[in-house]
Amino acid sequence: MAVYSLIIINKAGGLVYQREFQSGLRKLSTNDYLVLAGTFHGVHAITRSITPKLPALPPSITTGSSSSSTPTPLPSSTQSQSQTQTRTQTPTSGPAFTLPNPGIPTTGLEVLETDKFRLTCFQTLTGTKFLLFTDPGMVNIDGVVMKIYELYADYVMKNPFYQLEMPVRCEAFDRHLATWLRGRA
Amino acid sequence: MSATKTARLGEESRVDKVNAELVTLTYGTIVAQLCQDYDEDYMEVNKQLDKMGYNIGMRLIEDFLAKSTVGRCANFRETADMISKVGFKMFLNITPTVTNWTSDNNQFSLIFEENPLADFVELPDDGRAQDELWFSNILCGVLRGALEMVQMQIEAHFVSDVLRGDDTTEMRVSLVRYIEDEMPPDEE
Repeated sequence: MAVYSLIIINKAGGLVYQREFQSGLRKLSTNDYLVLAGTFHGVHAITRSITPKLPALPPSITTGSSSSSTPTPLPSSTQSQSQTQTRTQTPTSGPAFTLPNPGIPTTGLEVLETDKFRLTCFQTLTGTKFLLFTDPGMVNIDGVVMKIYELYADYVMKNPFYQLEMPVRCEAFDRHLATWLRGRA
Repeated sequence: MSATKTARLGEESRVDKVNAELVTLTYGTIVAQLCQDYDEDYMEVNKQLDKMGYNIGMRLIEDFLAKSTVGRCANFRETADMISKVGFKMFLNITPTVTNWTSDNNQFSLIFEENPLADFVELPDDGRAQDELWFSNILCGVLRGALEMVQMQIEAHFVSDVLRGDDTTEMRVSLVRYIEDEMPPDEE
């Protein structure tokens, strides 16, 4: 039930914080961490943009397939001609598409899992991303991430000498983070 | 989100408390010092206060989001409610009234029935402060900075202040635009 490490990526995709919480973890070079942050940022943006959008169905067509997560397949061949025409027009007008769950905002990649670890990504509404590497069996990761966000708001954002979007070098943040994570274990 | 639920969020969001008078005195000292430093150029003092607030807002928004755990607002009306009932409640323990909406739902007023920043304050009697100084102007900057961080460009200014002898203290907030969080095309 361990938290392995934490990475914080600013809204521009830059690495601002990286720390391990277990001894004996394999480390990357500083440059590789920067590349990892930038790459993840890009992949995250792509996963957002490939979120499936459903064509908003004209009222005359039944809405039987609207709950499917993939775009509506074309109906029978007799209708396909007119369908194709309407479809070629729709991409230009935004409201012609709806997201599968309109009530829930589009997020990007949230969890990436291997046999050996789980990467949980929490993006705040301001665009900052917290990447938490944990044991795949760990429970209540959301609680851990929220607590880390609170500590970040307190000891990083409220430090008047911390420059926004710049690498985090706040000793108090390190200390409180380590203490809290140790207290959990 | 329903209005009562929003109000409850403001009540429940746990924040450490400090003595309100310490805040009032600290803020009052800052404004008085600014007036001195800028030779009673109140326009400049307003500007500086707004700038200071902007820098506070950009940091405070993370605290607001982390402690209130609210999600994104669906529209500007919801945002206004959130500002009044959660934001102001959490940080100043007041709930300004949201009112005077324009028909396009892009502008509203916050009416402050009480204002902890302005307790004990009397504006200087030099014939200009009453017309030029917006004592609590830092709040405009805070809103501007905080909302910019959550992709809303707004404009905020005071239109009346009981310190100036007006009947109410009113801040006007206008949504300029939603900032697209997509990357600029040249970066992709």
